[in-house]
Amino acid sequence: MAQDALIAGQPTAVEGLDGVVADWSGDKQAFPVPWGKAMMWIFLLSDTFIFTCFLTSYMNVRISTTATWPDPSKVFALDIAGHDIPLLLIAIMTMVLITSSGTMAMAVNYGYRRDRAKTTALMLATAALGASFVSMQAFEWHKLIVHEGVRPWGNPMGAPQFGSAFFMITGFHGLHVSAGVIYLSVVARRVWTGFYDRKGTYETVEVTGLYWHFVDLVWVFIFAFFYLW
Amino acid sequence: MNDVTASETVHEQKAHGTADQGHTEGQQHPIRIYLLIWALLFVFSTFSYLVDYFQLHGFLRWSLIILFMLVKAGFIVAIFMHMRWERLALKFAILIPPLALLILVGLMAIEGAHTFITRWGAFVR
Repeated sequence: MAQDALIAGQPTAVEGLDGVVADWSGDKQAFPVPWGKAMMWIFLLSDTFIFTCFLTSYMNVRISTTATWPDPSKVFALDIAGHDIPLLLIAIMTMVLITSSGTMAMAVNYGYRRDRAKTTALMLATAALGASFVSMQAFEWHKLIVHEGVRPWGNPMGAPQFGSAFFMITGFHGLHVSAGVIYLSVVARRVWTGFYDRKGTYETVEVTGLYWHFVDLVWVFIFAFFYLW
Repeated sequence: MNDVTASETVHEQKAHGTADQGHTEGQQHPIRIYLLIWALLFVFSTFSYLVDYFQLHGFLRWSLIILFMLVKAGFIVAIFMHMRWERLALKFAILIPPLALLILVGLMAIEGAHTFITRWGAFVR
């Protein structure tokens, strides 16, 4: 491929700040990575801004409201055998997403080793864990809407902004996870059918991995700021 | 795990981010790095869960939450997303722009506090 030749032909020996200057000032491609990877990073950068806008507006309404903010530790408690265990479902969801990130990282590794069976299996495992995450989120939404009467415009526990912030932030994240499950399934199928062997590179698996790890990354921030704060 | 891959990775880390150099293709690192980070993410998630479980409050609560959050985010970006092994030009291009968001957060915190004081003065007091 012409692009590979371009990457291979680049003098990338210069390191550090001089390397940054060399990468940017030379009459050449600035980032010596596959274009799909560079583009995914730039997309994720824009997504970072979107999620930060959501979390910042949540921070703003939480600071500015004079009503008491519902205690997430109590709202998201799960009743197990008569005991309210705080944030149990959220903790399980966090572990599931972290596990899916682990399987994804290994899928990328086996992809570059041209191990089709293991790559496909690990990607499908990642997709399955993602699907179970979305299912648990659906359960959580159901519990909040039907049993606790939380609406985007109000709730019985306190500040009405709680509902709008919750549905907006977790909804947008859940949408990302759902899209990721589809994305993973499509790429996993292509790995299995040998599409990337014919293409000559498994970099698409790494690009898919970047997206999936980002979904996990966003959850780290949501977990900290929305559920634990 | 063969030793060639492992020693190459160590060499690569010392060279501080020569992506793709000396490798057959893309980002290849020993599986045990991923397993280690996976375990660490579990540990730090448990820590942040325990902050809530033991109902810590005030400065201790939010400093611990932010600390564990940043450690986990760092592990994911640096190792899982391979940012550690990318060239500095890409690191700068992706990691510096989000710093602008800190200004947004600061401004909105000031604005939120102002709105709170106004509401409190007008409706509550």
